[in-house]
Amino acid sequence: MPDADLAVIGAGPAGLAAAGAAARAGLTVVLLDPAERPGGQFYRHRDGDDGRGHHHWRDYLRLAGDLEGVHYLPGHRVWHAEPGEPHVLHCLAGNRDERPVTVRAAKIVLATGAHDRALPFPGWDLPGVMTAGGAQALWKGQGLPAGRRVVISGTGPFLLPVATGLLKAGARVAGVYEANRPSAALLPLALDPARAVEGAGYALALARHRVPYRTGRAVIAAHGEGRLESVTVARLDRDWQPVPGTEKIVTCDALAIGYGFTPQLELAVQLGCAVEDGPDGSAVITADAAQATTVPGVWAAGETLGVGGAVLAMATGALAGHAAAGTTPPGALLRRRARQRRLAAAIAAAWPVRDGWREWLRDDTVVCRCEEVDHGALKRAIADGARDVRSAKLLCRAGMGLCQGRVCGFPVARVLGVPDRPNRPVAQPVRLRDLAYPDTSRGEHR
Amino acid sequence: MKVTVDGRDIDAEPGRSIAAVLHADGLRSWRTTRVEGSPRGLFCGIGVCFDCLVTINGRPNLRACLITVREGDVIETQEGVGRA
Ligand code: FES
Repeated sequence: MPDADLAVIGAGPAGLAAAGAAARAGLTVVLLDPAERPGGQFYRHRDGDDGRGHHHWRDYLRLAGDLEGVHYLPGHRVWHAEPGEPHVLHCLAGNRDERPVTVRAAKIVLATGAHDRALPFPGWDLPGVMTAGGAQALWKGQGLPAGRRVVISGTGPFLLPVATGLLKAGARVAGVYEANRPSAALLPLALDPARAVEGAGYALALARHRVPYRTGRAVIAAHGEGRLESVTVARLDRDWQPVPGTEKIVTCDALAIGYGFTPQLELAVQLGCAVEDGPDGSAVITADAAQATTVPGVWAAGETLGVGGAVLAMATGALAGHAAAGTTPPGALLRRRARQRRLAAAIAAAWPVRDGWREWLRDDTVVCRCEEVDHGALKRAIADGARDVRSAKLLCRAGMGLCQGRVCGFPVARVLGVPDRPNRPVAQPVRLRDLAYPDTSRGEHR
Repeated sequence: MKVTVDGRDIDAEPGRSIAAVLHADGLRSWRTTRVEGSPRGLFCGIGVCFDCLVTINGRPNLRACLITVREGDVIETQEGVGRA
């Protein structure tokens, strides 16, 4: 007997919506998430958070209210998923004294979300350089600014809430450098009234604080002795190659970089779900109109299908919940999903990652942070015959470290000119003792 | 609440992650890498990158961004592979 009809993995907007919809339809639902509070990265919050500074907070409160009919298991990291009848999920529970927990469920909804995509450049491994999402998490989850004087660089609409978040946290924002020139950027925003209002709010906040927002520019190097002291910003051509002579130095003690997001697909791949190229160059789960993956009894929702924001994630989550429960979804959900998908496609098209960033690399620029593999070593591996991510890993160790290529996977794949495909048999670091003695206590949430 | 970092007493706001406690104290790095001995601290902030490894109460290689601080935690910066 499975512990539950349905296990939902991930308690962000998509997972919450899926769990709520399925529980209301009468399924017994287990909701697994590594964090201690629900909400995922989008609704990351602190104890007693009043929701100011969060978009769509009312949606969050509604979704969190639905948790009453759900066995919500916070602090549970799923490190391996085995397909079958039932599916078996191997988890580690707890914040620091981890214990193994096994959950069996007839059906699974994958709502594992995405993490920041970073591009390497000289100095990106200096302390003080963070991902944009990391800076956002420090503010939303901990109430702290990433630094006193912060530069933001990358591409995409997400840089704007990061900037306003830092301002609210009390930081000075020395500049926002958007690598693309999204003249057409207002077009997709205009398709969606809520986003246009949101965007206007950000623009207003930046103007009020006299924060420079510059397009066609990016941070191409970071400098400092032991910690970040300044960055080099340069104008980029259409392909993102730096235009010589346009470099300028900006002093700062923190830099937030964000070049889009990479869906977290290791559990999907373990289960055998087919993946495909998403619109922005990262792999996404292949799913049909009912959110079903290619594996029976497994559905996918949210950013695992391509980055589209919280509203789309809630729609696909609710649809996956309905599909798992076998209930007919309201037509409004289908229409919302269609509208939000068009918007996501327009955004992906307006803020692509162009290949010229490779010109930012020097031979001694670290590409794989974990194994400290530099660009020169990666080039030698390619000269020695590396044609894909796996052979590059064997030849130069890029992607072999603790993060299992989560950070360098996208840039290494881009240097090789191949698609970025996640393949991690173990999704989380596991102690040997937990591998050797998997938990047999099962269903300890009961 | 109080914790120590390499033997030094610092204040920690309850509910915060170890990384946030260190960050609030002004630290930006708390380990060095195996090969080059380069300093590292917070990078992804959400448990993905493993840059923020730290020793807590004698247990090495814990991700500081994921672990909630507890009263009296003994936090130690790490060199290279980390020692138990
Ligand atoms: S900062 Fe990336 S794992 Fe902690």
